[in-house]
Amino acid sequence: MQLQLMPRNRQKKEQRKQHKSNNMNKEWPIWEIFIRSKNGLEHRHCGSLHAADEDMAIQNARDVYTRRQEGVSIWVVESKHITASNPEKNGEMFEPAADKVYRHPTFYELPDEIKHM
Amino acid sequence: MENKTLSLEEQFQNRIDSGENIEAKDWMPEKYRKTHIRQISQHAHSEVVGMLPEGNWISRAPSLRRKVALLAKVQDEAGHGLYLYSAAETLGISREELNEQLNSGRAKYSSIFNYPTISWADMGAVGWLVDGAAIINQVMLTKTSYGPYARAMVRICKEESFHQRQGYEIMLSLCNGTEAQKAMAQDALNRWWWPSMMMFGPRDEDSPNTEQSMKWKIKKKTNDELRQQFVDQTVPQAEILGLTIPDKDLKWNEERGHYDFGTIDWDEFWDVVKGNGLMNEKRLKDRNEAWDEGKWVRDAASAYAEKQAEKRAKKTA
Repeated sequence: MQLQLMPRNRQKKEQRKQHKSNNMNKEWPIWEIFIRSKNGLEHRHCGSLHAADEDMAIQNARDVYTRRQEGVSIWVVESKHITASNPEKNGEMFEPAADKVYRHPTFYELPDEIKHM
Repeated sequence: MENKTLSLEEQFQNRIDSGENIEAKDWMPEKYRKTHIRQISQHAHSEVVGMLPEGNWISRAPSLRRKVALLAKVQDEAGHGLYLYSAAETLGISREELNEQLNSGRAKYSSIFNYPTISWADMGAVGWLVDGAAIINQVMLTKTSYGPYARAMVRICKEESFHQRQGYEIMLSLCNGTEAQKAMAQDALNRWWWPSMMMFGPRDEDSPNTEQSMKWKIKKKTNDELRQQFVDQTVPQAEILGLTIPDKDLKWNEERGHYDFGTIDWDEFWDVVKGNGLMNEKRLKDRNEAWDEGKWVRDAASAYAEKQAEKRAKKTA
């Protein structure tokens, strides 16, 4: 309805925008895929893929990432649910650990004769 | 403002120079992003279109052993396309746009797939030469500066080596077969040799992007270096098959420690790049048909997912 009141070129633009957003809604969401290569090891991120829902994401992950027995277990998480740290703030995030050598065993000087330590 | 941009770019270059990888959320020059979107998506399109000339032969493979191998190879290529599309998407382009660029013919893919595969021996030659050339390029790319691209390449290289071996085995069987079979193998080599040489792209002096790509460690070797590597490793393989590479200028150069080779027909190269190859039209048509015919499957999957989500919402309500 609103469209009728707009100048014609603007109208077209709006229609295109709407058309585009309708199509965009249809695009399947992105899922992040985590695979456990064998029991005893952790799941590791291996990539991402598109799927309509979680069942399809697991099936697609099976086909895309485990064709050569690379896994015994798959986790899928929709990408939008992942919160990531901001790399621009890496300084304040990770630098405080840089000057704390005393957190490492080699910081402590002991005589060579000491065993089992 | 100007100063700040400059220093960001300098910082970026320093990170690259010190061998750091760039990750999706890191700051990067717009041109680095654009170059990567173009290169990774072209690479992805090549994997996807690369399925077409081989898919052509799955139902006509001469034995079950050959058929399962070819099927697995084509399935790998679909997978490789997916890894690469995902890597491109980390740079802010959508899968929908990528599909659209391929299907509309706006995007480029490797020209090699615009040559026809007219005999079974072509499956051997493609695996041996085309995958062989691709592997040389891809091994280099496992060290490329953009993390998601490099990781996709590691995965791809692991899977790709069987492709080349299965191709070479096909050639070997033909060359150990009847005279007619060996002639088929030679004919395939004759047709695929030069297009494979072209896969490394224009000569260094005609490749304006090489310098920037090397600076950003998108590429770590030039087109001509990679092409030389391909010749050096392929000539002895052809000798084992007892086939003749169709280049009368090909000979070992003791001084250089490399094979010298003849001149590539660059007119043909540019002609195929511009879309005038034998199969350009057919590939695009097949690609579009596959996309259109798959629409009902995509729609059905979306509808099913929606319905399931509604059901779940009702249950929890």
